[in-house]
Amino acid sequence: MALMTPGKAGQTASEITAAQLTSSKRDVAGIVMLVALLLTIISTLLILFVLIGRVVRDAIPVVTGEGTAFLGNTIGSNPATTGIWPGLYGSFFIGVGVVVLTIPIGVGAAIYLEEYAKPNALTNALLVNIRNLAGVPSVIYGVLGLIIFVGWLKPITGGSSVIAAALTMAVLVLPIVIITSMEAIRSVPEGLRDAGFGVGSSRWEVTKDHVLPYAAPGILTGIVLSLARALGEAAPLIMLGAVTGLLPQPSLDGRFTAIPMLIYNWSGRPDLPGEEIGWSNAAAAAGLVLLLLVLSFNALAIYLRNRFEKTRIGQ
Amino acid sequence: MLTIQDLQGNRKQANRERLMRRLFGLAATLSIAISLLILYVLADGAFTFMAGIDWQWSLLTDTGWFPRRERFDLRTIVTGSIIMGTVAMFVAVPFGLGTAIYLSEYASRRVRTVVKPIIEVLAGIPSVIVGFFALKVIAPDFVVPLFDPTTSRNMLVAGLGIGILVIPIMASLSEDALSAVPGSLREASYGVGAKRVTTVTKVIIPAAVSGLVAAFIISVSRAIGETMVATMAGGFDGAGPYTGWSVLSPGLTMTAAMTNAAGGTDAVKAGPSFDVLFLVGLLLFLITLVLNSIGAKFVNRVRQKY
Amino acid sequence: MTEPTHPPEPQQSDQEPNMEPTTSTSTSENVDVATTTPERSLATRPVAAEGNIVDPDAEVVFDMNDVSVLYGDFRAVRGATMKIRKNQITAFIGPSGCGKTTMLRCLNRMNDFIPTAKVEGTINYHGVDLYDPAVNSTEVRRRIGMVFQKPNPFPKSIYDNVAYGPRLAGVRKRAELDEVVEKSLRGAALWDEVKDRLKSSGLSLSGGQQQRLCIARAVAVGPDVILMDEPCSALDPIATARIEDLMREIKADYTIVIVTHNMQQAARVSDMTAFYTTEVNPESDRRTGHLVEYNPTVKMFSQPDDNRTEQYVTGRFG
Repeated sequence: MALMTPGKAGQTASEITAAQLTSSKRDVAGIVMLVALLLTIISTLLILFVLIGRVVRDAIPVVTGEGTAFLGNTIGSNPATTGIWPGLYGSFFIGVGVVVLTIPIGVGAAIYLEEYAKPNALTNALLVNIRNLAGVPSVIYGVLGLIIFVGWLKPITGGSSVIAAALTMAVLVLPIVIITSMEAIRSVPEGLRDAGFGVGSSRWEVTKDHVLPYAAPGILTGIVLSLARALGEAAPLIMLGAVTGLLPQPSLDGRFTAIPMLIYNWSGRPDLPGEEIGWSNAAAAAGLVLLLLVLSFNALAIYLRNRFEKTRIGQ
Repeated sequence: MLTIQDLQGNRKQANRERLMRRLFGLAATLSIAISLLILYVLADGAFTFMAGIDWQWSLLTDTGWFPRRERFDLRTIVTGSIIMGTVAMFVAVPFGLGTAIYLSEYASRRVRTVVKPIIEVLAGIPSVIVGFFALKVIAPDFVVPLFDPTTSRNMLVAGLGIGILVIPIMASLSEDALSAVPGSLREASYGVGAKRVTTVTKVIIPAAVSGLVAAFIISVSRAIGETMVATMAGGFDGAGPYTGWSVLSPGLTMTAAMTNAAGGTDAVKAGPSFDVLFLVGLLLFLITLVLNSIGAKFVNRVRQKY
Repeated sequence: MTEPTHPPEPQQSDQEPNMEPTTSTSTSENVDVATTTPERSLATRPVAAEGNIVDPDAEVVFDMNDVSVLYGDFRAVRGATMKIRKNQITAFIGPSGCGKTTMLRCLNRMNDFIPTAKVEGTINYHGVDLYDPAVNSTEVRRRIGMVFQKPNPFPKSIYDNVAYGPRLAGVRKRAELDEVVEKSLRGAALWDEVKDRLKSSGLSLSGGQQQRLCIARAVAVGPDVILMDEPCSALDPIATARIEDLMREIKADYTIVIVTHNMQQAARVSDMTAFYTTEVNPESDRRTGHLVEYNPTVKMFSQPDDNRTEQYVTGRFG
């Protein structure tokens, strides 16, 4: 193509080529594409910015008005004096429950699937099943929790309680923990296992002494991300019967609530005109607390992942 | 010379090995128990529902979703889910795919290290906060002034919110699909002197099509399964698609119908208006299962190709 | 150019008189050998090192009978019948894909970790069938240690690397562990280099040192056999030479089986050599490895019985 374009009369081949290589024929399509793509990225970032910004802005009256009392007060009927303490209590224990339950079960399942299971149809079925569970909408886990943990296991959980909520959330994030732990275990170099077996270690000894320590950062990252997810979920809480009203004495086995539930409920209440602090401000303040929690956990996970990737590559 | 006894090893250790293997196996099979329980709970509840009313199939098609008046038109809520999902994808696909293409084919490493974490931040935003955003910003500041709908809570508002929620998933899965295209294809295209935009549109995207389709399907599945934004901002209109619906009408999704049955506007905790949530849940479960399976098949096709 | 002489030997087999070739250079590469036939004078072949005296009546450690390894229904290597004897260094050589590593890994049941792998034939270790269902493979690997192609020290300190095996076996007292660690590191010719930094990471050592650390680690468990899978292929020539010297030193205490793709190394270091090659199955176009010849090293490299061996060691193929 290059040399077949006729040049001006009398031009040498090298002159024609030089002219073509330096010609500034505009790449219109390319520019249009680039601009379009940049617009999408900038818009996406903008949306995020506006979203977080609005939450912060609406929360300011509460921050300056009530201040930290917001964290300690119980739920009241006046937005200016309401607090999220029962929500903090509930969310805290849900988080604890999720971590306590998913580490043994989730990591254990991942160990089985990566180290012990033979690659046969049953193992494959297990994997497919876990991936499917990861895609089930959270509201359905709420239904599961309602029947099993609030209903069948009422003697243990006390009915609609923090314990039931923790169990439900643990089941919800379990597939994610399993999948991320499996990936972490899979990234352990085979030479490390060979070395262990070569000196006569058993499968469990190799797993305990070599595989798990190496995979620990990745596993930890997955657990932190799952924790952030569990703290932010609201749909299961609705199904489990979380309350949104007075809850002066939160307990582990009595009625409960959590932060997302309060945000849900308060967002729906109309603001009365003339109010300095309305329900939307209270909702935003609760949202700010939740955002801070969730985003710092996400940041922690990213930090963990980056830090340990560096030491791996260094090896 | 040795005997077999010498090579049998330690009894205690062998037992411990067996125990650990069994424990881990138990943890893994728990996942099957969870699936079975979900199915059982939903099916059992659905049967209870059907037994509790005079069951006729026509009940499913009597117009309108008014559980307390025993009108259970599934078409209403399914249409609601579809419309909101469609609106959501109109947001998620351009922004998500565009972001993915930019990150994968255009961005320098420095830009990537800045932008990718930001996308991950967006992915971490809880849906209830996006619901808040839909109620307080999308509705009053955009949809109402621009379109003047009859109610501020409607399917457009909720759909836009769900779309924002789904952007990170679409972006991340699409980027995986684009990155899976081998570098040799890119080199081949640039090597014959193609421009970047040509390479991207004519070589890379077609090569990544399976993965992109998978990304789309899985994103749709997430959009349909989304509950909080739909409940908070979708509005409620049991009259359904027969009364001059448009995207600006309030609408009910399957997920919002479930939350309403459990603790929202139809807050009666027993009887058919409650039990119907199991039937809807079963339907939702099956739909998302089918979508996710199809998406997974497309992902596998990508893996096999490369 | 020197002209080594080769005393004519009648047959192969266990009645091997002591054979002492006259030349021995530790890094001998392709020394021209002018011998009887004109073809051989043009070829280059490795020369077996001095001191590789083979005792035909040494105790049999591995008695292998028609051993084959299959992956699913693909036969990767077949027909290995040989006896590996105590305190000798046996080398498996052959072109890539001939199954020598697969065969090596049968000896300590490392192939167990490949789900589709199946071993046919019998391998007796000191008289016990290694693949008897009652045999515990972990116990096997305590007695038959392995050093791998790419050095793989644990991401722990040098001390903990070597002490790992003894700790597994129940040794707890600090003094005992110290003793085992020193003895093993001395045995791997690494003690002097690391004795002042036992706490530093095993990964901070050079490649050759890491491999010697792996040898020390294997030795610390107290095996009677050490299997080595191309232990020097990732190392530079100087590190390689040190490990070859080490092998000769520790031969007195262990039985060593080494897989190597470097013929000269096999010639330098081993007492017995087994040559494997591949044959292509005309129907399936897949290659199955098999044992061609197993003889004292000196014979393998000077007057092997099989023409294919001759072709291989003179570099005509593979």
